[in-house]
Amino acid sequence: MANISLIPCGDFKTSYGSDTTIFPTVTSRNFAILGVLLLLACPFFMDRYWLNLCIQIGYLGIAALGLNILVGFTGQISIGHAAFFGFGAFASAWLSNSYGVPVALAIPLAGVMTTAVGMVFGLPAARLKGLYLAIATLAAQYILQDFFARAGWFTGGVAGTIAEPFTLFGFAFDTDESYFYVVLVYVVVMYVLATNLMRSRDGRALVAVRDHYLSAEIMGINLTKYRTMSFGISSFYAGIGGALYAHYLQFVSVEGFTILFSIQFLGMIIIGGLGSIMGSLMGTAFMVLLPEVMQAVTSALQGTAIDTALNLKEAIAFLREMAIGVAIILFLVFEPDGLAHRWKQIKAYWKLYPFSH
Amino acid sequence: MTLLFQLLLNGLIVGALYGVVAMSFVLIYKASRIVNFAQGEFLLIGAWTCWWLLTSWQLPFWIGFPITLAFMLVFGIVLQVVVLRPMIGEPIISVIMVTIGLSIFFQAMMKWMFGVFAKPFPPIFASPTTNILGLDVQTVYVASLVISILIMAGFGWFFKYSKLGLAMRATAFDQQVAQSLGISVRHMFAMSWAISAMVSAVAGVTVGVVNGVSSALSFFGIKVFPAVILGGLDSVLGAVIGGLIVGVLENFAHYVDSQWLNWGNMYEIAPFYVLIIILMIKPYGLFGTKDIERV
Repeated sequence: MANISLIPCGDFKTSYGSDTTIFPTVTSRNFAILGVLLLLACPFFMDRYWLNLCIQIGYLGIAALGLNILVGFTGQISIGHAAFFGFGAFASAWLSNSYGVPVALAIPLAGVMTTAVGMVFGLPAARLKGLYLAIATLAAQYILQDFFARAGWFTGGVAGTIAEPFTLFGFAFDTDESYFYVVLVYVVVMYVLATNLMRSRDGRALVAVRDHYLSAEIMGINLTKYRTMSFGISSFYAGIGGALYAHYLQFVSVEGFTILFSIQFLGMIIIGGLGSIMGSLMGTAFMVLLPEVMQAVTSALQGTAIDTALNLKEAIAFLREMAIGVAIILFLVFEPDGLAHRWKQIKAYWKLYPFSH
Repeated sequence: MTLLFQLLLNGLIVGALYGVVAMSFVLIYKASRIVNFAQGEFLLIGAWTCWWLLTSWQLPFWIGFPITLAFMLVFGIVLQVVVLRPMIGEPIISVIMVTIGLSIFFQAMMKWMFGVFAKPFPPIFASPTTNILGLDVQTVYVASLVISILIMAGFGWFFKYSKLGLAMRATAFDQQVAQSLGISVRHMFAMSWAISAMVSAVAGVTVGVVNGVSSALSFFGIKVFPAVILGGLDSVLGAVIGGLIVGVLENFAHYVDSQWLNWGNMYEIAPFYVLIIILMIKPYGLFGTKDIERV
């Protein structure tokens, strides 16, 4: 059905296939392709600072998407996402360092390993009704963090570990400009995969589990299977994101994968929009740009009365954490559907532009 | 043998505090089905408030402490009315994420206001140690045990005999039925948050007096989870027993670790291993009600 260029005023779909297509019109598909092409050109006109931010948005966005599949689509909470992200980073570095696995292969393998570890914590909890998964992943967060610090053979202990740069056919992607393409490919592939998952029976089953688990069960959906599956997918995405992070920095330190980082992931998907695929990316962008904006505001306020009163330079780290907390609360109270919903409203406004009500 | 007894005693003292915090956690969970991830921040705020009153205002403890409790009561009510009441009717998962947001917000705010380093309380008791059965125990520990037991007994009385407590139990049992009997569910929610905040603050001040006040206090709110899972998420008695078991267990784990295993950090991590194991073998805990649904 992708042969109309504007959305018709009414529902004229005659098959389920046309109802679930990714791009409702030719125009929207062309815009998406144009967007990817624009991104492909990015390294030619962006400086290192912006490229770095884009790469961050990329790998964090993949992990955030995984969390969104779990939280937004299945209605289970994970508070250990950063630990799984970290596990993916270490797993990929370990595979390529210890076994000489090529990095291009180590990244998906790290995703698989992270899924396996996620299952250890997820299996006991995901079979239960209610929010036991939240508590089990909280335990996972602390157990894994402890494991990172202790397992020297795996993580290099407190010294951390180096990760080899991403190489493909002898070409090393070790600069920001080249690594941008690696991340971009992964982002596109993972986001298309997730979009397609949500169009399939399994994706609809996840949403049914979220909306009313009892009705879902009555309709023949195996709750345990789908809760576990959703958690597995979310761990897989976290592992991929973490692995990309490791080979970008080429060094992984045992610190940093804290519960604060996990909450930041939750913040990303809440701000972006629970249950929205593109929202995950928007929320990640918001979360990555937030400290930059705060930094800019702080330096703009330097020397003014506000600066001296609040002692901004030292308080900036705390203010950032507070801002994350406030953003989570405000979005949940006032805009539970997040930035993705805002974006839809903006589009709807322009669609009917002169006659919008 | 003495060592064993000492470990057991330490465990019981810490465990009693876990029990108190776990009880106030269960109170909120029972009343409104909200898993409160900001429980540890109640301890933190209470302890810092008391510390501030005692050091900056030079108030004696017996005045500063009641003021702290009154403040926490108001704080709990305001928090419920301002942040959580608008969330009524939203999916429970959103409400839980709001508590996560609250937790990170207050934790950062306390760090910002009072700094990241632990600050000691001014001494409260005349003699620092007391002798119990031939063991030297710090007076604060004894006091904390006594306070914990008093709170637990108070809870027991409150829910069994007082009208408010009975109304709360009715709300926890079935909100609609409670409403039809003339109980204001909104008031009950606010009260459960207020009492929970207040009781947690008592625990916070106690830990603060023992170890000094720092952001590490909020870790108590995390340690509550092993305790409540062990005892059963919706059982007040289970919370107390779970807290005691976790307290004893982490002390023994620490001892075993320092003697033989040398893994380090066992004191903090052992309860979480227990949590995972409990979820595997007895997910509804020792005293929790098992949900049975037939489809």
